[in-house]
Formats: sequence, structure tokens, C-alpha cells
Amino acid sequence: MENSGEEPAVEGGFDGAKATELVAELRRTFASGRTRGFEWRAAQLKAIVRMIEEKETEITAALYEDLSKPGMESYLHEVSMAKAACTFALKELKRWMKPEKVPSSITTFPSTAEIAPEPLGVVLVISAWNYPFLLSIDPVIGAIAAGNAVVLKPSEIAPSTSALFAKLLPDYIDNSCIKVVEGEVPETTALLEQKWDKIFYTGNGKVGRIVMAAAAKHLTPVALELGGKCPVLVDSNVDLKVASKRIVVGKWGCNNGQACIAPDYILTTKSFASKLVDSLKETLDKFYGKDPMESADLSRIVNSNHFNRLAKLLNDEKVSGTVVYGGQQDEKRLKIAPTLLLDVPHDSLMMKEEIFGPLLPILTVSLLEIRMHHLLTFLVSNKSSITCFFLQFDKVEECFDFIYSKDKPLAAYLFTKDKKLKEKFVRTVSAGGMLINDTILHLANPHLPFGGVGESGIGAYHGKFSFDTFSHKKAILSRSFGGEARARYPPYTPQKQKILRGLINGSFIALLLALLGWPRD
Amino acid sequence: MGEGFDAARAAEMVAELRESFMAGKTRSFEWRAAQLKGLARMVDEKEADITAALHDDLAKSQMESFLSELSMVKMSCLFTLKELKRWMKPEKVPTSATSFPSSAKIMSDPLGVVLVISAWNYPFLLSIDPVIGAIAAGNAVVLKPSEVAPATSSLFARILPEYLDTSCVRVVEGSIPETTALLEQKWDKILYTGNARVGRIVMTAAAKHLTPVVLELGGKCPVLVDSNVDLKVASKRIVVGKWGGNNGQACIAPDYIITTKSFAPQLVDSLIITLEKFYGKNPLESADLSRIVNSNHFSRLTKLLDDEKVSGTIVCGGQRNEKSLRIAPTILLDVPDDSLIMKEEIFGPLLLIVTVNELQEGFDLITSKSKPLAAYLFTKDKKLEHKFVKTVFAGGMAINDTILQFTNPHLPFGGVGESGMGAYHGKFSFDTFSHKKSVLSRGFGGEVSMRYPPYTTKKQRILRGLITGNIIAVILALIGWPRN
Repeated sequence: MENSGEEPAVEGGFDGAKATELVAELRRTFASGRTRGFEWRAAQLKAIVRMIEEKETEITAALYEDLSKPGMESYLHEVSMAKAACTFALKELKRWMKPEKVPSSITTFPSTAEIAPEPLGVVLVISAWNYPFLLSIDPVIGAIAAGNAVVLKPSEIAPSTSALFAKLLPDYIDNSCIKVVEGEVPETTALLEQKWDKIFYTGNGKVGRIVMAAAAKHLTPVALELGGKCPVLVDSNVDLKVASKRIVVGKWGCNNGQACIAPDYILTTKSFASKLVDSLKETLDKFYGKDPMESADLSRIVNSNHFNRLAKLLNDEKVSGTVVYGGQQDEKRLKIAPTLLLDVPHDSLMMKEEIFGPLLPILTVSLLEIRMHHLLTFLVSNKSSITCFFLQFDKVEECFDFIYSKDKPLAAYLFTKDKKLKEKFVRTVSAGGMLINDTILHLANPHLPFGGVGESGIGAYHGKFSFDTFSHKKAILSRSFGGEARARYPPYTPQKQKILRGLINGSFIALLLALLGWPRD
Repeated sequence: MGEGFDAARAAEMVAELRESFMAGKTRSFEWRAAQLKGLARMVDEKEADITAALHDDLAKSQMESFLSELSMVKMSCLFTLKELKRWMKPEKVPTSATSFPSSAKIMSDPLGVVLVISAWNYPFLLSIDPVIGAIAAGNAVVLKPSEVAPATSSLFARILPEYLDTSCVRVVEGSIPETTALLEQKWDKILYTGNARVGRIVMTAAAKHLTPVVLELGGKCPVLVDSNVDLKVASKRIVVGKWGGNNGQACIAPDYIITTKSFAPQLVDSLIITLEKFYGKNPLESADLSRIVNSNHFSRLTKLLDDEKVSGTIVCGGQRNEKSLRIAPTILLDVPDDSLIMKEEIFGPLLLIVTVNELQEGFDLITSKSKPLAAYLFTKDKKLEHKFVKTVFAGGMAINDTILQFTNPHLPFGGVGESGMGAYHGKFSFDTFSHKKSVLSRGFGGEVSMRYPPYTTKKQRILRGLITGNIIAVILALIGWPRN
């Protein structure tokens, strides 16, 4: 445990000047080489593990204050995930830090080539409010593992967790290299004006654009973990009971729908919809009881801003007639019951924005809703006859069209036993990540990169991808003074050109001649 | 194209390409391979035209055009064709106990419709090489070649449609208005090669659409020269890296040398001898040297030379011919730290030599400047080599040679900090134009009821035991101990 004894966090009045000072300080520390060694990095990671173990009660309490997050969720989704990320990094770090030898090409014979990871320098992590512990510490783990100095700006919308970081982190990690800055828009703006070597932002697309534009001024690379409307495509060929449980726990068991990879909307066929709705209702009753507003297993809505936002989606006259389950609201306690809506209009607000709450719309499609344009495009590009097209047509595939028409989401889900449908889904739907026959879980696999594409984000992390995202992969070619190929040097005679041409076309004779010093000048 | 290419036309073009992409045209291996084969054929069949255009734009010698542009493009095509099937295959990865049973893989999806903005100094290579990557990854592409190399730009507009599928690959010629119109559109990726000032403009435009970018920029590439070297070989490799690469107008050309005061005279002498051997007594007439690309850059470079702070430091060269846009290979010794030439990227045939008392000061000088695209070291001392690799931050490095790190397709080529972000070449090109999509797949078995609400204490204890691998805890929880 190293503690240089400096102030834990910058207190009020954190303006541009203080931000500049902070970065300069960290740059000096970084330049001193303090963060480079394996020992330092491992010590920080071990300290974070210890912090999680020793302060689990405080962390869980802060999460409960900020979100009324159930203890089980705090443990499962935040505490244990953060700890797993640390222990995985500790286990693998030496290997990740090693340069990777790569083949040399004949054009540089003899030579050795390798790719060496090096830290970027001083990086900024801006976290989110919905998983305020995990989404702060997980990127920080990656930044430290890669040997950087870090500034963490936790979300002010989760103030207890933010204050907890400011209080706890300095007790465990090297405060000369890792700092916490609390604050809101002014403080974040002050931070964004500085020159960082990387910025890692988790949040929404609007602020993501602001972060990237600020980064552009300094040519700072960014990773943006954003959101989107995560679709769940449900086929009729499923184990409905299991599918239903997995959808419900993925939606409401994750911060009551306030999660970037929570199911946002369901797509299924008209013929299957009623069965699905019934099953979801049954599962919801089982999980949260007849009075879900009293269930301790559901997070509340984080604050009144978001409560109003969600209430507005729900009270939109376009959707009011479509509620088939739930819909209760309690503004004082910031609670909204798990709510199912059936066939909300495509042009309702709910179908345009990311919901990020406990409302789950179910959209249905039928054979009659084929878009002529899609049909024509399909025919033109596949030269197939109309009869063939209809015979091969799978109703559920119309849902694909709907998904293609929206921005690329952070996650897309499909429930089916049909292998061909699964293949088509995986092949043609673009999303940050995908899960077949479950929800959420891909987040927990450290071998899978976690990140978005298009509107859902840039870059990825988790496991080695965290290490990579905070590293620069430096190419190194190493030669000795032997292996001179005279043909390489001016004046460029026709003979030299011939030999070099031959060499490049892979001719070993040409290589030999070149190495033997042909042609003689 | 170029007349009246405004934002409306740009939007139309992007929409067209998006439709082609959504129709799935670019997805198959066959389509991608056909395009790449088309490009390889184009290099073979149009070599004379390409070489002529490069000579028009830069007075680039035939040897250089072949070595540094044509053959590099062809090798890139062939390497990609050889490896593409393998790259396209999903990569299976281990699964974690938390999702047992399951299978996990990472798929490479094309991003969609991408924009490649090229540079003027290697106008053929720096246009086609990124396009190769974009096509290999299954994207539709728009190429905007540099207007500062107009012969090559119009060559692309003319010949690319003969070899590539124009419903998915387009060329847009033009200068600032056309580039601005393109940058206003929503792309799925932009790869820009050029300078940092425009790099910022590109990234700012991209930020409006959350478009990821690769920026291949520049910087002052240092060459640290130890006294413990084979001087003759080092000298040749430095000279060919500097002036044999488009007469110093290359992003990875040596910009300045750092050596000890005691070694400098030997180094300078050796460089001068090598220069004369390569380019003769009258280098302004040598056909093996590119000219300066245009009068803008010629003025920029002569301004650097004519700066009164540096005029007394020329130890070799300095001759120029404005009409033929030629400046002779020039070496300057110990220019003042605050001269313009020590601050900006030179990008021309002027080579600085900075002398220090000890090489350590050289390290300090390099690390005091922004991170360059390439850094070079000449030494036989393994410890010095090790220290250099560890302490100098740069896009890439070569030890005891210059430039060549660029030619190895297994090495990523890109900058860091002011010299850029992202990388390409070889598989890195494929990766940079792909989205790596995680796919986790389960069946309906393997249900873990502890996962579901209501969250009883018993469930929590079991899950905790499972996650921490504490079997005893799991067993105790299962049999209901301790009783609460």
C-alpha cells in the first residue's frame, strides 16, 4: 500500500487552472517511471482487491443510497465483477506486458520484429451512475494494468458512491498516480479541456459527442461506452419458461432496467405474442410478487429527472392504451413498477429513445407487414422468384428489418432453438455484442470485448481488452549491421532494379544476389 | 467527379453506398477477393501509368515508385488475399463458469461505409493500402485522394472503376470544399493520413456522428546515433531512409539526428561521403531524388533554411532551384533550440544534427518533444537498445535501420499522441475496419435458479460461494446452515 500523503481529492473550486495543475503533477509522476514496473501495477491491483473485500459493506450501502440497489445485485453485478476483473488482471498481467514477437519479412532479412505494449501516459476515466462502482473501478483497473496514471471522475448522479471513492481510494492505492475528482458539469468541463493521453467515457451519446469533440482538440484517443435500444428477438421455437426468466432478470434484475445492455424492447410474431406476454407476467409475479412496488429486489429510479423522463414515456397518449402489465408509479419513492406494453406505435417516444428503465415494450410483426422496398431489394440482389421468396420466408425474420432500421445497439438478443435463424442473426445484425438464449451474461466473460459500435460506442474493454485499450502497441524492428543489400541504395541502376524486383517477388536467388553484394558498383 | 460536389451530393453518395452495403454486396469472401485481385491486376497492368503519375506529381524515380509504392501495394493485396479467409473466421474464446454451459466467440463485422482520405507524398500507396483494408473487412469505401498530387488523383478516378465494383467503391476528387462536404456525412469510420492540424478537423467532424477515426499523422522522427556503430552501414541506412524516401517528404523519414559532440565530426563526414556516392556531385540534377511537391512546400522549406538563426549551420548542401522545385540534400549542425526548424516537422531534404555531451541528454531531448511516428537508434550496445525501447515513446521504432518497420505486415503501423491514433497494415488493416462483435451462445439448459429473484439469503450465500469458489460455503448454504 503506497500513500504519498497528499490530499485525497480536489475539493470545491476545481476549475481549469486546478485541472491543469493536476494533469501536470500526474505527468511528472508518470515521467518519473513510477507506474511502469510490474510490481507497482500489481500492488495497486492487490490493494483494490483488498479494498473491495474490506469495504464491501460500505460499498453496498453507498449503492443502496444511490439506487436502492438490492444487496444481491450489488454483490453480483458490481462487487464481485470488480474483484474478478482485478484478479484476472493480476493473473495475466505479466503475460500481457511481454512484447509479442512477430515474423520478420524477407525484405528486412536479417531482422527481428516485436510489438511492445507501452502505457499511454495520463488518462481520464469518466464513469456513469447506474453501476457507479463497477463502471468506475473496471476502467481504472485497465488503466493501471497498462501502466498509466489515472484520474477518475465518478458520476455526480450517484453521489454516495462518488464520495466513497474520494474517501476510500487514497487509503488503498498510490495517490500520487491515481486521483479522484468529484463534481458536475463545471468540473468535468475543466477536466475535458486538458490534454489527456486517453479518455474513457461511459454514458450517453450526447455527452459522448462532447467528450470526443473535446478530445479532438488534443488528438486524444477515446473509448466511448454508450447505449442504445437493445432488441430481444423472441422466436416461437423456444423453451418459453426459461426464456421468460432470463428476459425478466436481464431487464428488471439489472438496476430495474437502468442498464446499458438491458433488454429495451422485444420483437416477436403476432401469433406468439400472447403466450410470451402471459409467461412474462407469470415470471414477474413470481419474482417480484403481486405488489412489486414493495419488492426489495428492485432498484428504484435513480432520481426525479429520470422518473419524470420515464413517466413521460409511459403517459404519452400514443402508448397509454398499450400497457398490459404494471404501469404503477410512485413519484415520492421514485418507483415505477415493472411494466409491459404491447404493440406501442413505432413513432412513439418510447420507441425512439433508449428507455433505461422498467418499461418493456413488445412489438409484433406478421407476414402482412413486409415492406415492399425490402422485398424488391431482396429480389433484385438475389434474382430469386417471388414464389421462392415467400416459400422460404420465415416470419420472425421481418423483425430483422426493424432492427436494421435502428441505430446499432450495445447488445442484441435472440431466443430460439432454430440454428438457421441464429446464424442469420449473428451474421447480419450489427451490435456491440450479442447473446443467444440469454441476456446480459456476455458482460461477465473477460475473454469477450465489451463495447459498442456506431451510436452505441467506440472501443472496448474487459480482460485483456482493458489492458490493450490503455496501451500503445509499439512496433519495433531490430537489425544488426550485417545483411546489407547493396541493391537498396542509389544510384538506381537497371541491374539493381531487377534484383530488388526479384527479391520482392519472393525470389530467393534474388535475395542471395542482393546479399552477396550484387551488383558491384 | 469534383464539379459541384457539395454536401447534398455527398449525402446522396453515402446513401447509395449504404444501400449497396445493406444489400449485402460487400460481405462475401468472393466479392472481397475479387476486388483485391482486381487491385493486384491494376498494379501489374497500369504500372507505367502509375509510375508516370507519380513522376508528374513528385518527380519520383521509377525505382522508388516501384519499391515504395507499387510493390508495397501489390504485397499488401497478396498478403491479404492469402490470409483473408482466416481473418474472416470467428475467433472462439474460452467461456466463464458464470455462463456455463455456453460457447463464446468474437466475430469480425464490417463497419459499413467508410471514408479514406489520403496524402500527397505516397499518393498511390497511402490511398490504396487503407482501401485494401476496408475492402478486406467487407466495407463500402469512398476514397478521397490528395489534391496536392493531382495526377495520381485523376488517375484513380479514371482507372479504379475499371478494376473495382463501383457500386461499393468510389473516388471523390477535390480539395477543401469537397473534403468538407464529405466530412459532414455520417461515416462508419474515417481513416485520414496527413498532418495534425487537419487531423483535429477530421476528428472534430467525426465526433458529431460518433464516427471512429484512424489518424496517421507525423512528427519529428529522431535518430539517436551512438559512437559504437558500423559507421559506413549506419550512414547509408540513414541517408537512404531520409532522402531515398521521397526526398525527406515522408512521415517516417529521419527528421533530426542526435549524437555526441565527440562523434559528430565522423558522422557528418560519413554522411557527406555517402550522399556524394548516392547522388553525385550535383544532386540537384540527380534523377534518383524526388523534387519538392509544390511551390508552397518549397517556400516553407526555404524559409526554414533561410532563417537567420540557422544560416551558419549548414555543413552540406543548401543549394536550391525554385523553377525545378529542387532543394539539395542539406545537413545542418547544431541549429539553435528555438529555431523554427527545430520546432516543426521538416518534411523535406534538410537533416538536422544535434550534438550533446552524453547520449542521455539525447533521451531527454526526444522525450521533451511530442511523441513521433517513428524513432530510430543506431548502436551495437544492447543495454542502450533496451533503454531506448523502454523509455522512448513513439508510434514505431527501428534499431540500426530506418523506415523498414513500415514494410513488415506483421507490425502495426500507426502513431501515438500527436503522431496519430489507430494503426494498420496486414491484419491490423482488417481489424481497424472491422467491429469485433462478441457473441455468447447458450441453450436452454444450465439454469441456475439462484440467479433469479426473490433474492433470499440462502440464494445469496450459494451464489457467493460459487463465485468465490468456496465449495464449503455452497454446501453449508444448501443444507441451510447457519440458521438465521
